[in-house]
Amino acid sequence: MSQSNPTQLNTSRGYISQKVSKTPPSGIRKFFDLLSEMEGVISLGVGEPDFVTPWHIREAAIYSLEKGYTMYTSNSGMPELRQALSEHLAVRYGLSYDPATEILITVGVSEGLDLALRAILDPGDEVIMPDPSYVAYPACTTLAGGVPVKVPLFEENNFAITAADIETRITSRTKAILLGYPANPTGAVLHKDELVRIAELAKRRDLLVISDEVYDRLVYGAEHICMASLPGMQKRTILLNGFSKAYAMTGWRVGYAAADPEIIKFMTRIHQYTMLCGPIMGQMAAIEALKCGDEAVQSMLREYDQRRRVMVQGFRNIGLSCFEPKGAFYAFPSIKVTGLSSEDFAEKLLHEEKVAVVPGSAFGECGEGYIRCCYAASMAEIEEALKRMGRFIKKHRKT
Amino acid sequence: MKQIFEALEKDARLTPQQISTMTGIAVAEVEKAIKKAEKDRTILKYKTAIDWSKLGEEQVWALVEVKVAPQRDVGFDAIAERIYRFPQARSVYLVSGTYDLAILVVGKTMQEVAVFVSEKLAPLDTVQSTVTHFILKRYKDDGEVLGGGEGMKRLAVTP
Repeated sequence: MSQSNPTQLNTSRGYISQKVSKTPPSGIRKFFDLLSEMEGVISLGVGEPDFVTPWHIREAAIYSLEKGYTMYTSNSGMPELRQALSEHLAVRYGLSYDPATEILITVGVSEGLDLALRAILDPGDEVIMPDPSYVAYPACTTLAGGVPVKVPLFEENNFAITAADIETRITSRTKAILLGYPANPTGAVLHKDELVRIAELAKRRDLLVISDEVYDRLVYGAEHICMASLPGMQKRTILLNGFSKAYAMTGWRVGYAAADPEIIKFMTRIHQYTMLCGPIMGQMAAIEALKCGDEAVQSMLREYDQRRRVMVQGFRNIGLSCFEPKGAFYAFPSIKVTGLSSEDFAEKLLHEEKVAVVPGSAFGECGEGYIRCCYAASMAEIEEALKRMGRFIKKHRKT
Repeated sequence: MKQIFEALEKDARLTPQQISTMTGIAVAEVEKAIKKAEKDRTILKYKTAIDWSKLGEEQVWALVEVKVAPQRDVGFDAIAERIYRFPQARSVYLVSGTYDLAILVVGKTMQEVAVFVSEKLAPLDTVQSTVTHFILKRYKDDGEVLGGGEGMKRLAVTP
């Protein structure tokens, strides 16, 4: 007779909520354990800049600590930061957000996304999103009680979502369209004409658009158009952005949401009970970033652009077809010539050549047959990784 | 075109082919631009930044402030030229402020630098006075931090 041991959890008891236990772990994280035990690995598996936060930003944060800024801020975030963001959005996109009621400082875009979804979704409500797309989109939708509805994207169409494809998936339960352009993992950007069509569709069918624009500053020879800047869209767009990617500030955890006061009010309601406020050091650093960070952004952008060209050309040279990414810092080459699944490819590549990449399938079914490679790495690392991958492709090529 | 030279300034070993890939400018055009720049001395030379202390080589660096009396017609140029011809003068600048020329002197020993200043520099006709600052430690040179730098603290796999 087995007796339950009160000092141990009885796993069959079902302590973990069904909703959570059914949420799969991130396919990106999966490789982390494997990697930590290996030496000499070149990692293209990251999702953050290889630059350290520009010194003037770090220095401003250090100064704020010296001055004793170590407290909570208001739930919405520091008024100076919201004011600066309001001005930033006005200058950059011609938008007009009231810093008092229409901007909320979040703990990265990740929190902003979670708040937006939880604020708007009732159980069973549907959110239309691209596939492949960032791993948190479907997961956070499910955790918020919603249902992710995926629109498959294809390399032939430059991994761009279309209004027509979205429209066929709209039902009476559809609440919002969730977009992330420039895109992780594909590096795709949306053309203005398509954005306009999506905006018209959202207005016509009375849908919200959650627009994750965290890579807005990282575009190469393409223009990023802010969804909220399109006619009539500021009211129905929940604009999410942050400091992580453009200013190389991933660890500071500062993002923001800008939307209609009614939506911000309810996002803030969740935020005030769960997060209280974003970290004050991060907010202090963010103020400095907005004030004086532009030159640093431009210089990192120039570096990424060079590395982007080297990586994309490099993949083509070793026989991988690679869609030309116009934004973010990822290349998304096809590995179909090997006949391997994305996951097998990534695992074999790691073991045989010690190069870490993320299988495209981590980002949805339509990512199968692709891998995500981050070019926020030094030129020397990129070139060595390409050399190793060239050997690997030669060995595993099927067609 | 600017991108070609920015890339070369960071890494002089880049081939025209590599620069072409990095910038999207055609190889032939890159080659042409580099040739022209070498000819008209836009590119002065290709060099390597070496931390000699790692090789156990002693080097003594000094910043020398020089006050001079400018001469009619040639101003400071003639005396600057006299000074920069000495190989010991690594860099020579005309500066604003309480002195006129700032000279970076590099030698093998303190003695060597002292001899240069007292026997070559100070006795020059128009030189009125010199002040020599020996450099005690070089932290950053020409944009490069000597020693360890910050290192990469990012995890190998992140979202």
